[in-house]
Amino acid sequence: MANLPNTTENLSLDTFVRGLWRENPVFVMLLGMCPVLAVTNTTMNALAMGLATTFVLVCSSVLVSLLRNWIPKQVRIASYIVIIATFVTIVDYGIQAISLELYAALGAFIQLIVANCVILGRAEAYASKQRLHTTLINSLGMGAGFTIALLSLGTVREVLGNGTLLGIPLFGENFQPWVVMILPPGGFFVLGTWLLLFNWLRLRKERKALQHAGVPANAG
Amino acid sequence: MNIKVEVQAQQPATPSWAMLRTLAGIALLSGLLVVLIYQYTKPIIAENQRVLTEQAVFEVLPGAVTKVDLRLTDAGLSPADAGTEGLRLFAGFNADGTLRGVAFPAAARGYQDIIEFLFGYDPACACIIGSKVLRSTETPGLGDKIDTDPAFLQNFEALDARLNAAGTGLANAIVLVKHGTKTEPWQIDGISGATISGNAMARALNQSAQQIVPVIQRDRDVLSAATPRP
Repeated sequence: MANLPNTTENLSLDTFVRGLWRENPVFVMLLGMCPVLAVTNTTMNALAMGLATTFVLVCSSVLVSLLRNWIPKQVRIASYIVIIATFVTIVDYGIQAISLELYAALGAFIQLIVANCVILGRAEAYASKQRLHTTLINSLGMGAGFTIALLSLGTVREVLGNGTLLGIPLFGENFQPWVVMILPPGGFFVLGTWLLLFNWLRLRKERKALQHAGVPANAG
Repeated sequence: MNIKVEVQAQQPATPSWAMLRTLAGIALLSGLLVVLIYQYTKPIIAENQRVLTEQAVFEVLPGAVTKVDLRLTDAGLSPADAGTEGLRLFAGFNADGTLRGVAFPAAARGYQDIIEFLFGYDPACACIIGSKVLRSTETPGLGDKIDTDPAFLQNFEALDARLNAAGTGLANAIVLVKHGTKTEPWQIDGISGATISGNAMARALNQSAQQIVPVIQRDRDVLSAATPRP
């Protein structure tokens, strides 16, 4: 049977941590932008979407890793999509059982996790080639990175756009909310600002590393 | 320029049977998991929906402590016995067993999608005494003010919904007016930032009330005969 080649990575702290920062799915790889921009208008929505995506990511990656020697490469994408859709359906029913209000707030974006590139990308690029334990740790890191990114947007947008954090008012009666922040353009504004900040930090770090190595900052 | 050419080792072709077996196996596993989670969560979700609706009934009929399910059929109001088809309404009763009012559903298209409401109607004062949004995808912080803004919700504490002389519809259509320009008791004082959602609410209420309120007033004996349950 024509399977994908196995490449084994040794488990290390980097297996988990790279999803948080160096390979963050939102701030570095710019994947899964649809829910990132759409449901981050409040902190609670962002947290719920992040946890739901993490659950689907971890479960589907684990199953893909377990079945990696059994899935022929010709039907791998169809198999991954069915596996991902299964866990999305589980999350969908799970959220309805936990809270119908939360389910209403997240709208169609729960079902759309199926089409989230982060999950299919992990299945194809990592889980289908790696052993179970490294896949589990890596997908947990990626899920945590995705959730942190959503929270970064959701918190800023709720505080500026509604004057609250997790529904608790932060400012006095005189605070005039920046309504644009909880509307779709606000998602782009906040994402752009975070990307600007992270890229500035990365460039500064690179410049310092070059200076430390004795290379002039403007060289190359 | 060096061009590196990698020759991939020829792999044996995958037999169709292996592909079929894999897809069938995964589909089978998927179906099993979905059925299990559906069966497990079905009663929990039904209970959540029941609780949500009941909470809404007591919210739109302030003071009510018990309720009776009713159906609106072609013949009029009737108790919701098994097999009775029709629009679902709720009669709410005070602690002393007197009728507090009737909760009825309404819906209209808002800014994003259809908004579903539950309104409370008091036949004694012929007025709307409460409102609750049951389902909405309106913009958080803007459109959802129709369910959260206390000043706007004051509109629905005693909104005039009297019948016309013939008893076939409302004497005055319920309409939304611009904020600060309300002059009549059947007008809803608008809310800035939620104009489309507010209009949808007024439209939904007016359409449903025009049909349902005449039947409620006509069949008050059915309401009085209904036995409240705790």
